[in-house]
Amino acid sequence: MNLRRDVFQAIADPTRRAILLLVASQSMTAGAIASNFDTARPTVSKHLQILAECELLQQNQNGREIYYHINAKNMKEVADFIEPFRKIWDDRFNKLESVMKDYQSKK
Amino acid sequence: MEQKTKINAEGGKQDLVITREFDLPLELLFKAYIIPEIVEQWMSTKVLKLENKKHGSWEFETADAKGNVVFKANGVIHEFVPNKKIIRTFEMENTPFPVQLEFLEFEKISEHTSKLNMHIVYRSGGHRDQMLALPFAQGINMAHNRLQDLVSKLNNR
Repeated sequence: MNLRRDVFQAIADPTRRAILLLVASQSMTAGAIASNFDTARPTVSKHLQILAECELLQQNQNGREIYYHINAKNMKEVADFIEPFRKIWDDRFNKLESVMKDYQSKK
Repeated sequence: MEQKTKINAEGGKQDLVITREFDLPLELLFKAYIIPEIVEQWMSTKVLKLENKKHGSWEFETADAKGNVVFKANGVIHEFVPNKKIIRTFEMENTPFPVQLEFLEFEKISEHTSKLNMHIVYRSGGHRDQMLALPFAQGINMAHNRLQDLVSKLNNR
């Protein structure tokens, strides 16, 4: 299956990465996404189509509007999608450990 | 090497569990959560308020080098049992993310080691995935910026 290769091609483009970053925090309509870019609306639509085709984005119909949001399951297949989140906590807890070791030795 | 911090996030669920074993006695691990000056050090934030009691509340604020506040979070403490558990809410201010519920359980493994179990419940599965996606998205963006910096440096030579 070529999905993996396509996914990497999809995230190789800076605009598409910026789109993923935008919708990571909230689901948005194509119009709302496009308003964040200087690029022409049809170009943004093309990017959305590619991201949706390789299932990095999911579309949800809500009344007349289509909302785009991140497809976590597939993002997980790209790279280890949870790893950066884990790393943040790991760094934080490593710091906790070293701060408390200092605290203990000072007493 | 086995990872010290583990994340368990099952597909389609609206919660996740973070577990970590510490090379610290239980009492010392718990102290890291209740002494404001210590929390400030390992969380790299300013602690405006930290009431370690049932029905208490907390407030953190982080500023950048120029003094601009870049992160603000707050919550209430629902339950507080020393060296055992903290149940609290966590909400980031000025973001679209809804409040989340956190169950922290502290456990003694041996005289010198302890374990933290942090169970976080989000408003929906989608909200959980967005929180997980945030560091990932920032990561790919940062990697891209670093790559651009590198390329422009090479081009300028």
